Amino acid sequence: MAHSAPTSPAAPVVTPASARSLAPWALLVGLLALVLLYFVGAEQGASSVFSGAGVHEWVHDARHLLGFPCH
Amino acid sequence: MRSVPVRPLLVRGLLAGLAAGLFALTVAYFLGEPQVDAAISFEDAHTHEHGAGLVSRSLQSSAGLATGVLVEALALGGVAALAYCALLGRAGPLGPRATAVLLSAGALLTLHVIPFLKYPANPPSVGEPDTIGRRTALYFLMIALSVLLSSGALLLRRGLSPRLGPWYATIAATAVLVAALALAFAFLPAVDEVPEDFPADTLWRFRLAALAVPSTLWAAFGVLFGEAAERALDTG
Repeated sequence: MAHSAPTSPAAPVVTPASARSLAPWALLVGLLALVLLYFVGAEQGASSVFSGAGVHEWVHDARHLLGFPCH
Repeated sequence: MRSVPVRPLLVRGLLAGLAAGLFALTVAYFLGEPQVDAAISFEDAHTHEHGAGLVSRSLQSSAGLATGVLVEALALGGVAALAYCALLGRAGPLGPRATAVLLSAGALLTLHVIPFLKYPANPPSVGEPDTIGRRTALYFLMIALSVLLSSGALLLRRGLSPRLGPWYATIAATAVLVAALALAFAFLPAVDEVPEDFPADTLWRFRLAALAVPSTLWAAFGVLFGEAAERALDTG
């Protein structure tokens, strides 16, 4: 029973990732996510990248039910 | 020990996000849409101008709703997968699945429940069109504050752990977080734009549905992503 058990559930599965190795991923995914969330949550409401109301009207119900202020 | 497999986990996070989005969409459609319709018929009865009929109601409540919910679910799935990569191996004795469920619970609280307590979701016809800019800014500010203060509490817990032990460090950090959030709630301006005779019952049911949507999203995400991550970490 003296051997160490590498598959013991209490053992950490991986070495923790460094901030440096995650930074490029975090930047890329974070920016893309912000752009997507902006278009779902605020475009043609609080501010507009495109003129008109097409985006706003299309995601209208989602915007209300996801908790964003709509109009 | 291996390093964190970021790319496979990100792919699984995006897929789990989409799948969880389908569950959230089901809840939004069956619990939320009847209340949106009720609110819109109140609006019509009060001749409040609404949209320009650019997109029909049936499209808004099906394809439009699906677009919004699934896009948000995809984006949050990606962000959550990366947060998970940062958390892996740092969450004490928790395994991959428990870590995923804990992360999802934290995301539900910080991104949805806490901001909702100050600025709850509103159905159509609640909210002055003129104040949309201010309300949107306040809502995003509240989300940012919630994320910042919660992250601060996590750091505080880690700093206190060696001296107080994990149990009391968790209690102390939670107490500080609650106090800081109470201050934020007290000092941020209130938004109260419910029309005089808007049915309270519709508002209540709408807001319950608006809480059920992200709750479903994160519950499903935690379970599905946890399962996928466990397998990814098992087989490489």
